[in-house]
Formats: sequence, structure tokens, C-alpha cells
Amino acid sequence: MLDAVSSLIIIAAVAITTFATRAASFLVFPKDREIPPTVKYIGTILPPAVIGMLVVYCLRSTQVFAYPYGVPELIACLTVIGLHAWKRNVLLSVGAGTILYMVLVQMVFV
Amino acid sequence: MGEYKKAMRRAFPYTVPVLAGYLFIGAAFGVMFADQGYNVLWAVLMSVVVYAGSGQYLATNFFVPGISILQAVFLTLMVNIRHVFYGLSLVDRYNRFGRKRWYLIFGMTDETYSLICTTGVPDDVDEEKFLLSITLLNQLYWIVGTAIGSLTATVIAFDSTGIEFAMTALFIVMFMELWYRRSNRPAELVGMLSAVLCLALFGASNFVLPTMVLMVAVILLGRKKLDRTEADADA
Repeated sequence: MLDAVSSLIIIAAVAITTFATRAASFLVFPKDREIPPTVKYIGTILPPAVIGMLVVYCLRSTQVFAYPYGVPELIACLTVIGLHAWKRNVLLSVGAGTILYMVLVQMVFV
Repeated sequence: MGEYKKAMRRAFPYTVPVLAGYLFIGAAFGVMFADQGYNVLWAVLMSVVVYAGSGQYLATNFFVPGISILQAVFLTLMVNIRHVFYGLSLVDRYNRFGRKRWYLIFGMTDETYSLICTTGVPDDVDEEKFLLSITLLNQLYWIVGTAIGSLTATVIAFDSTGIEFAMTALFIVMFMELWYRRSNRPAELVGMLSAVLCLALFGASNFVLPTMVLMVAVILLGRKKLDRTEADADA
């Protein structure tokens, strides 16, 4: 733990940096500036691509080449996919998948 | 005020999965920060002014003697650089809004960004108020989760191992919801395959930036095949 002033300085630095990454594009393209068609095009295509990336990002630390060989993740992901294809209820898919995964990593694959 | 109340009420159901996820991963941050010796006020302060999942996890390592501000800035930049691209895809939409859009920009976490991009705005509410409601509700869940984690860190020994899967499940569900519309599929596959390739090449802690660059490159090079704005205009 650091003293209060140093802690506040670190928090301010993290806050400003985080906001800067989120705001950067809006500073480059302020309200009165015409947005080039290429950027508009990126805006329509990027979100689905990002969500594809985030699925992989969430699973990035999965142990594939050592025990438990990604089996808990595989089972839980397939359960989420199956439940969602069946009922299309977001809460059910996320809730049941998460509880199942917790049981798997805490009790089954230990 | 009535308009905002209505927007909040309409936005709430869409945010429930994030509520479930944020309470737990927010709590995980609260626990980690408490382990460093910081009480609930500090944890809440972080979640109010920073508001970033992996960014705040990483930041818990900065509160040790010897860390420089430059180091903290650089590491935060690396973990959050993907948000530059999120912003790029929303400039056209957000620049139509008033000054309050800066709160939308501040609150652009992975989950909020994904939710905003995948949720159709109901016809009977104002778009800006609806998006502000989603962003604010999500941040409130995050703050409450943080506080719960921080307060209970020393009291209850609840084994929360695996709780972070809530976010994986949420993104899988969003992925599927997009998949139901055929025109989204090529872009989703571009994102997923780019990430798998870069994960194999650069490893788990360094693959996000190369993935974003690769994705944008493929999106730009494949414009003829991927562009829906023109296809929609033709139809």
C-alpha cells in the first residue's frame, strides 16, 4: 500500500489514460468534422468483429495443452450455446453456464 | 425527468446479464484491492473515476513502492488500446448527440460497448437517453459489485473461482445474437479467427493490439465483399 497522495496520483493516471483511449477517436473526429466513408464503413463492420475477438479474449488463459486440457471451458461453452439456441433466454444461458463452470473448476476438475 | 425514468425502465432488462456479471467481477476487483490494503472508499473511487474491468485488475499491481507513473500509464495504455477502435466505430453515431455523449465515451467498457452495438433502440424512447441509461446502469452495477467485494473480502470466504466465466458466456450469447443475422457472420468470423491466430503467435498477454490491427486491415482490404452500407442501399 502507498500513502494517500501517491495512491491518488496513480488513480488519476489510470483514469486519465483509460478515458484517453476511449475518447481518442472523438478528438480526431469532432462534431463539425465530416466523417470519411471509410470510417463509417468500419463503424458498421467492426462491432461484430470485436465481439468475435472478445469471445477469444475471455478464453485466452484456457489451459489447452495441460490438465484439464480446456475441458471445463469446452463443456461450459457448449452448454451456453446449446441453451441459447434452444431457449434464447440471455439470463438462463449466462446464469446456468456460469454456475456449471464454477462447479466444474471447483469440484470436478481439481 | 420523466423521459429519463422511462428510458431507464426500458433499458434495464437489456442490462440484467451485465448486472449478473459485473456484480461478481466487480467484487473480484474489490477483493484484490482490499488485499493490497485499500478499503471500500478507495475501491469505489476507482470504479467511479476509472471504470474498466481488466484495466482495474491490472491497476491493483501499481500500488506498491517503486512503481512509476509512466509505467502505470504505459501498462494501462496497452491493456485499453482496443478502446481506440471501439470509439472509431461509434463516432458517426455519437457525434449526433449532445454534450452528454462524453459520459457514453467515458463508460465505453467492453460489455457496455457490445451491449450498445447489439441492442436495437426501442421505438418509443430517445436513443441518447436509452444509451445513457444502459451506460449508467452498468456503471452502477460495477460500483456496487466493487463495494460488495471490498466489504466482504475479510468477512466471508466465498470461493468465487470461475465466476469470471459470466463474461465469457455473455459474449458468446451476444455473438450468437449477431450470428442470427446472416450479414454479420463474415465480420464475426474475421474477428474470431484474427484473435485465434494472434493468440497463437503472440501469446495471451500481448495479442489484443495485433488482433485489432489485423482485423481492421482485413476489414479494409475485404471492403468489396464485406461492405453492407452499399449493399443495403442497393436493395
